[in-house]
Order: sequence, then C-alpha cells, then structure tokens
Amino acid sequence: MINLAYRDIADGFGRYLATALGLGLLIGVTLTMAGVFRGMVDDGKALLRASRADIWVVQQDTLGPFAEPSSLPDEMRRGLLALPGVARAGNVAYLTMEVSDQGRSVRILLAGYEPGAGGGPEYLVAGRPILRPHYELVADERTGFALGDRIHIKRHDYTVVGLTRGLRSPAGDPVVFLPLKDAQQIQFLKDNDAIFREKRRLAGNPLFNPPSNPALLAAIEANQFANHRVNAVLVRVLPGYDAHAVAAEIERWLRLTAYTDEQMTTILIGQLIAMASRQIGLFLAILTLVSTAIIALTIYSMTQTKLKEIAVLKLIGTPNRLIAGMILQEALGLGFIGFIVGKLAVTYWAPLFPKHIVMLPCDTLSAAGVTLVICVLASLAGIRGALRVPPASAIGG
Amino acid sequence: MGSAAIRVENLSKTYGHGDSAVRALKRASLEVQPGEVVGLLGASGSGKTTLLQCIGAIIDPSGGRIRLDGKTVYDNGWKTTDRRALRRDHIGFIFQRPYLVPFLDALENVALLPMLQGRSDAKARRRALELLTRLGIADRATMRIEQLSGGQQQRVAIARALANRPPVILADEPTAPLDSHRALSVMSLLYEVARDFGTAIIVVTHDENIIPLFQRLYRLRDGVLREEAGEGRPIFPETRGV
Ligand SMILES: Nc1ncnc2c1ncn2[C@@H]1O[C@H](COP(=O)(O)OP(=O)(O)O)[C@@H](O)[C@H]1O
Ligand SMILES: [Mg+2]
Repeated sequence: MINLAYRDIADGFGRYLATALGLGLLIGVTLTMAGVFRGMVDDGKALLRASRADIWVVQQDTLGPFAEPSSLPDEMRRGLLALPGVARAGNVAYLTMEVSDQGRSVRILLAGYEPGAGGGPEYLVAGRPILRPHYELVADERTGFALGDRIHIKRHDYTVVGLTRGLRSPAGDPVVFLPLKDAQQIQFLKDNDAIFREKRRLAGNPLFNPPSNPALLAAIEANQFANHRVNAVLVRVLPGYDAHAVAAEIERWLRLTAYTDEQMTTILIGQLIAMASRQIGLFLAILTLVSTAIIALTIYSMTQTKLKEIAVLKLIGTPNRLIAGMILQEALGLGFIGFIVGKLAVTYWAPLFPKHIVMLPCDTLSAAGVTLVICVLASLAGIRGALRVPPASAIGG
Repeated sequence: MGSAAIRVENLSKTYGHGDSAVRALKRASLEVQPGEVVGLLGASGSGKTTLLQCIGAIIDPSGGRIRLDGKTVYDNGWKTTDRRALRRDHIGFIFQRPYLVPFLDALENVALLPMLQGRSDAKARRRALELLTRLGIADRATMRIEQLSGGQQQRVAIARALANRPPVILADEPTAPLDSHRALSVMSLLYEVARDFGTAIIVVTHDENIIPLFQRLYRLRDGVLREEAGEGRPIFPETRGV
C-alpha cells in the first residue's frame, strides 16, 4: 500500500518543512521561556549549593545576605565555633559591582571567603584555587575572564587564577571569589581620592594627630581603613547534630539570626525571585497557550486545504481509516520535526542569552508530550472535517 | 431481463427544496447488458451527469431503483452499507475532468485502486503500468500529475477507472479533452474492455465522431430519458491501438 501521508509530504515538502520549522521555532521559544524560568530558580540556588553551608548566620532579624542587607562583626565566627555542634564557621562578604576587563564592563557578585572555612567554590573547571592571601580571583567563566587576566577592582589589580562554571548570584550575575580580606577592603574602601581626603582630614585634626604621639594617627588609620564586618557566617554542623537545633542555639546565645540551608533556599525562592519568576511563569503559560493554538490551527488548516484531494480519495473508494491515518501521520510528522527543531534551536541559542537557561529533562519531556497531545487533538479535528466532506464535493465546481 | 448489469427504474433526482428545487431526473429507466456499450446524449443541463452520479453511488437519488449485477443497491434509499466499497469494486467512473490525486504520480494514481482492494503493491503496479501502456502514456508513469497535459491526465483517469476491472463503467464525456484520433482509440479500448471482461459501459458524449459507434443510445431531455436506436458503426481497425 502506498503511504499517502509520506507521498503528500514529499509532494509539498518545502511548504511542509517550512511549516514544521515555524512550529519548531515557536516550540523553541516556549522551551526557552521554560528554561529561563528554571534558570532563575536554579541561579537562586547555585551559590547556596556551592556554599555547602548547613546554617547561614546573618544580622539579627534580617533576611540577609541576599534578600536584605546583613552586616555582622567578623569575630562572631569565634563565638560560633564555641557552640556545640558547630564543625566549621566561615565568614563571607558579598558585594555586587561592575568591573571592566579589557574594555568590557561586567556586572559580578564578588564573594569574599576564607579558604578552608567554607563559602568558596565547590570545584573549578580550570586553573587553581586561591592560594595567596591577597589579589587573586576565581571567576565564573560567564564573566568572560580568562586565566591570567588582571582585573582592576577599586585600588588593586587582581589575577584570575581559577574558573568555575554555572555559579551565579541569585540575581543572575556571575560570581567571582576572592579572599575575604580583599572583599572587606573593597566593600569598605572608597576610591583613592576619598581616602586621600579622609587621611588629610585625620592628619589635620590635632586630636587624632598629636605631635607628641605619631603612632596614634597610624592606629586610628588602621582602624578606620580596615573593615571588620562580614555579611554572613556559613556554618557546618558536626555529624549527628540537627541543623535546626544548632540554628536555634545560635539565635539564643549570639543574638543573631540563623537559617538552615533549606530555610535560606525558601527565602531566596520565595522573597527574592518570586516576583520575577511569577512574571515569567505567567508569560510561559500564555506562550504555551498561544503555541498550542497556533500548532492546532496550523494542523487543522493543513487538512482543510486538502479537502478536495480527500474528497477525490473518497470518491475512488479510499476507506476512512487510510484518510484518517494520513492526516494523523502528517500532524505527528509536523509535531515531531517541530519538536526536534525547537529543541535544537534552544540548544543553539541558549548560550547567547545573558541569563542562565536550564533545560530540565522533565520539561523537555513534558513539552514533547504536550506537542504530541496537541498534534493528535488537532488532527482529530482535521479528521472530523475530512470524514464529513462528501465525495461528490470533489467534482462539484 | 434479470441478468442486466445496470438496471435503473423510475429514477428521480431533485436538487434543492421548495421554489429553488431543480428536477434534474424524472423517472428515468434504463438497462445495460454485460458487454454492452451504450451512449447517453442530451443537451447541457439535461441531467446526464446527474444520472451517471446516481448510478455511480456518488450522489443520492430522490427515488426509484438501481440494480447492479442483479443486486438492488438503491430502492428509495441505499441498500448497500458501504457505498465507497461499491464504487471501488463495482464501478469505474470516468469523470468530465480527471480528478487525480495530485500528490501521487500517474502510475500510483492507477495502482492505488487495486491496492485498496488488497492486491500486492507489485501486482497493482504491474496492472497499472499495463493500462498506462495501452493508453499510450507508459512513459509518463512516474511523472507528477501537474506535469501532464489535460489529455494525458484524462487517460490516466481512464486507466484508473479500468484498474479494478469493474463490471460497470460510467464515463462522463471521457473524450472531451482528447483529439479525435485519441478519442477514437479510447473508445476502441472501452469496446475491447466490454468484449473481454463483459463490462457494461455507459458513455456520455457530444462527440459527433463517437455517436455513430453506439448500437444503442439514450437521450435525456430536461430530465426525461428516452431510448433511441444507434447506427452501431464498427470502429475501423486502423484507429485501434495507440
Ligand atoms: N449540485 C447541484 N445542485 C443543484 N442543481 C444541480 C446540481 N447539479 C446539477 N444541477 C442541475 O441539474 C440539472 C442537470 O444537471 P447535469 O446533470 O449536470 O446536466 P448535464 O450533465 O446533462 O449537463 C441542471 O439544471 C443543473 O443546473
Ligand atoms: Mg455533465
């Protein structure tokens, strides 16, 4: 038996392929939107995941350090280490800034951490971890920085020694790690002119600069121009201890707020990216609906334009089964090619997006399922129309 | 005669309702024996196509009776459950225009019918090629329909009507798009088919060259069917074959 669907497709292959490509791009856009949505959620969690903290200790009654500003003295760390159940505590300081690299300006999240105490990158895709106490960076590859690049930040040049992959701030900016002390300094220091003015003001004040005691000015300067505050302390608990219980202890004894990792995730997803993700979620829903309508209409009108041929087929005695099979196969073919094209399109254009796009297999699968269902439903509507067309209509007019 | 291949009794067809109703057929009766080729004449709009399409189970008559091969297929309502199978297996219809399936090539248009009857692809294609050869268009077998001329398309349509060796062939002005030489050779083929397979054939025509060939003629005048004697002139041997 001749495969009618195949012969029909082959006869008008250009048009069929163009239709499939169009549907494919539509599916691609929908998939991308789903990817952006997943990417936002994933970005929100990336830094938390990499930090591998059981407990986030922040300034009292804040949702810090990402959803709200949080600042606490760095010596709190010692107090934390003294509490039962605390295995490790590491100070971290975060600040978002714009830096330029070879004339290009990049928005990054600077993450200061104490190597060995936690809060640093989980693994590197190139280079080495930070080993020197100062002026070294481990940057996410999304920054576009290369190993050995020298990046000027505030008053110093930093060397990129390592690269990470997929590490973004909850806001989507690539993360750049550096030693905590450097981060504290950058956070605290103004530009050179401001420092110069400050120093001159101090030196001009006889109270701070008595001629009898030149060491006083140096001490005051050391205190003024050093920063002993951090944004959070990351705590790992000892095996056998419950993070919730330890967090409760921290809050009780140190007058700080402590979130378990999962609470922190909830804060980020719930507070920080809720608005944006609801926005995108709604957009995704509308886009899915529109795509569904367009795919359904395309398939339906594809059969409507073939009613004459279908009437001829009926006229010469082709059974309904074959006609329905032809329409269904053509619709499925369209869906199949469209889906492949859409998937390929996303794969190729996703890296071009500034934001992280995450294609979860379950999203891809459900998109395939939805496409299949749309194709079948639309072809059912087409089949209904085809089966109702009277054979005599082939010769009428 | 009980053995008539086509027997139509008091067949009526009215298009539309009320004031706009057109009575295209008025109690038409006709009979064609197996192996017989009869002509159907009449002015344009007299109801020739309507009669053929009723017999061919393409449109619904309004009343009367149709018997094919001694089997009542219509008696004030269809007596057959699958008219599509009836068309496929019992009736070869040659329409006024080819009405080919545009996405199949010439050979496939013909071979589709035996395939629909369940014959193997190879057998169906062999038979289709045989018919195209007899109609002189074997060299066009794998061409797209739109690449064929009107006359070539009509010959493919004729081959398609013959493909299932139906006991009845209804031809609605089959030779209209053909030149007189081809027209005569198509008629000669129809006569051969009638002789070889005992096929009953009705041919609607205006063609002055063809009318003298029929032994028996029917003429329609405003939906009223009358039988006339024909000349029954034989087809000259030199016009046979293509
Ligand atoms: N589908 C139709 N609806 C309404 N009237 C029709 C239809 N088909 C044919 N007729 C009318 O029926 C009459 C017979 O038409 P037809 O059988 O086509 O004649 P012929 O084939 O002899 O030219 C004409 O008056 C025509 O206008
Ligand atoms: Mg007519």
